[in-house]
Amino acid sequence: MSASANKQSYDLPAAGLRKFWLDFSESPTAVIALFVFLIILFIAIFAPWVSPSNPYDLTSVDIMNSRLPPGSEDFSGNFYILGTDGAGRDMLSAIFYGLRVSLGVGALSGLVALILGASVGLSAAYFGGRFETIMMRIVDIQLSFPSILMALIILAAFGKGVEKTIIALILVQWAYYARAARASALVEKNKEYVEAAKCLALGDKRIILSHIAPNCMAPLIVVGTLQTAHAISLEATLSFLGLGLPITEPSLGLLIGNGFEYMYSGDFWISIFPGIALLITIVSINLVGDQLRDMFNPRLQK
Amino acid sequence: MTAFILRRSLQSIVVLFIMSLIVFVGVNLVGDPVDMLINPEADQAEIDRVIRDLGLDRPVSEQYWYFVVNAFQGDLGRSFIFGEPALKLIVQRMPATMELALVSLLMAVVFGIPLGIYAGLKPNSKFSKTIMAGSILGFSMPTFWVGIILIMFFSVHLGWLPSTGRGDVATYFGVTSSAFTLDGLSHIFLPAFNLALFKLSSVIRLARAGTREVILQDYIKFARAKGLAESRVVRIHLLKNIMIPVITIIGLEFGSLIAFSTVTETVFAWPGMGKLIIDSIYNLDRPVVVAYLMIIVVIFVMLNLIVDILYSVLDPRVRIKGVS
Repeated sequence: MSASANKQSYDLPAAGLRKFWLDFSESPTAVIALFVFLIILFIAIFAPWVSPSNPYDLTSVDIMNSRLPPGSEDFSGNFYILGTDGAGRDMLSAIFYGLRVSLGVGALSGLVALILGASVGLSAAYFGGRFETIMMRIVDIQLSFPSILMALIILAAFGKGVEKTIIALILVQWAYYARAARASALVEKNKEYVEAAKCLALGDKRIILSHIAPNCMAPLIVVGTLQTAHAISLEATLSFLGLGLPITEPSLGLLIGNGFEYMYSGDFWISIFPGIALLITIVSINLVGDQLRDMFNPRLQK
Repeated sequence: MTAFILRRSLQSIVVLFIMSLIVFVGVNLVGDPVDMLINPEADQAEIDRVIRDLGLDRPVSEQYWYFVVNAFQGDLGRSFIFGEPALKLIVQRMPATMELALVSLLMAVVFGIPLGIYAGLKPNSKFSKTIMAGSILGFSMPTFWVGIILIMFFSVHLGWLPSTGRGDVATYFGVTSSAFTLDGLSHIFLPAFNLALFKLSSVIRLARAGTREVILQDYIKFARAKGLAESRVVRIHLLKNIMIPVITIIGLEFGSLIAFSTVTETVFAWPGMGKLIIDSIYNLDRPVVVAYLMIIVVIFVMLNLIVDILYSVLDPRVRIKGVS
C-alpha cells in the first residue's frame, strides 16, 4: 500500500523527480555507481570522438605495433596507455568501441524483451483465463532452465550473428519481465481507478496501456536494470565462447576472447583491461538496480 | 497425491516433447553439414552416397520421427566428426563434468555457509561488510573472465597450479575421478573454484538471510538462556535451521552448475561434456549437439520434477494450489 502511495508522489514531474533523487541519494554507493555508469554511457555513445584512435581503421593500425605493453610508445610517437592487442590496435580505443557494442546489444535486447514481456504479463493478468494459464506455464518452464542453456539452444539453432544474438538475449529475458509485469498488474487491476476506467467504457487496450501499465513501471524498471546487466554479461560469455557476436562487431567479450590466446605468454593486458571495463559496467548497473529495488520495496519504506 | 504426481509427470513429458522438437528442428536449420564433411574433390556420386548414409536427404519431419524412435532405444545418432554414437561420446565425458560440478558445489557450501553465518551474526563488522561486497562482486563477475584471471595469476604468474586438463585419475569403488590423486586435485582446484564462485555468492546471501531470521527466534534465546556455549548454539540450533532453504537451493542449482560448466570447461580445457558441446556447435556436429541438449533437458526436467514432488510431500498447499 505504502509503495503505491510513494509511487503516486513520483508522478508529479518536478517535485516527484526531486523526491526520487532524495531517496536515491540515500546510498552514496548507488550515486557513485550511477555517476560511473553515466560516464561509461557517454564513452559508449561518443566512442569515435573520445577514442585516441579508430581501432578498426586499417590505415592507422600497424601490425608492427602488436602486443605492446601498457604505457608504450611506438616509432611514430603514438602513446598506448593500455597497450595494444595482437593486431596492433590501441586497447583503450578497442575497449571504448567494445563498450558501445556491448551496451548497445544489452540495451536493445533488454528494451525489446521489456516490451514483449510486459505486454504478455499485463494482458495475462488483465484477461486471465486460459491465456493467462498457458502463458504463465510457458514462463515457469522457461525460468526453470538457466539462461546460458536457453541461449545455447537458441544459438545452436540459429547460428551466430548480431541479430541472432539479440534474438537469443530477448528470448532468454522476456520471461522475467512477463512475470514481474503480471505480478504487479494483478494487484493494480482490482483498484478503483481501473474500475472507474471500466465504468467509462474505455477499451481494454486503453485501460491496459494508459491506466495499468504506468502503475506497473516501478518493478519493471528494477527488473530492467538488473536484467540489462545480466544480458551484457551473457552476451560477453557467448561472444567469448565464439557463439555470439561475429568478429566484425567486437564486443568486450570478443576482445577478452582474443586476448585469451596471448595470455599464456604473459601478455595479460589484452584480456584483463576489457574484462575490467566489463566488470565496472556490470557492477555499476547492478548497484543502481539494487538501490532502485530497495526504494520501490514496500517492506523497506519508512 | 498420486494424481498430483501423475499430472506433474505428464507435464514433464509434454515439456520434454516440446523441447525435443525445438532442439531438433532448430539445430537442423543450421548450415549444411554436407559442405563441411565431404572432401571438396569428391564427385557427385560420392556426395550422394554420404548424404544417403547420414539420412540427410529425408524431409526434416521424417528425420525427427526416426530421431524420436531411436532415442527411445538409446540411439541419439552418430557424430559426424568422431563417427561414434553421440550418446557414447557424451556418456564418456559426463563423469568429468559431474565431478567438476560436485567439487564446486562442495566448495560453495563449505566456504559459503560459515561466511554467511558470520556475516549474519555480526552484520556491522568490517569483515562482514567485506564478505557482502565480495558476494556482490561474485554475482557480477562473468565466470569466463574470472577463469582467465585465475589462470593468469595461479598458473602463468605464480606457476602453482596447472590450468588445463584433468590430470591423473584413479579408480576406487568403480568411480574414476581426479579427486583421488594429488595431481588430479591440483588440476580440479582452479576450474572448480571458478565454477563455485557464482554459487558461493548465493549460498553466502542465503545463509546470512537465514541467520538473521533464525537468531531472533525464541529457541535461540532459550538456548542462550540455558547457558549453552555460543559455538554450540550456532552449530546445533542455528545451523540446522538455516540448512533447509540452503539445501533446497543447492538441489535446484546443481543443474545450473552443469549448464554453466560449458563456460568453465572451455576456459580450462576440461575434458567434460560442456567442452564437447561448444566444440560440436562450432563443427556443426548436429547429432552431438542435439544429444547433449536432450540429455541436459532430461536432467533438468527430472530435477524439477523431483523437487516439485518433494515440495508437495512437505507442503500440502502446493498440491491444492496446483489443482485450482
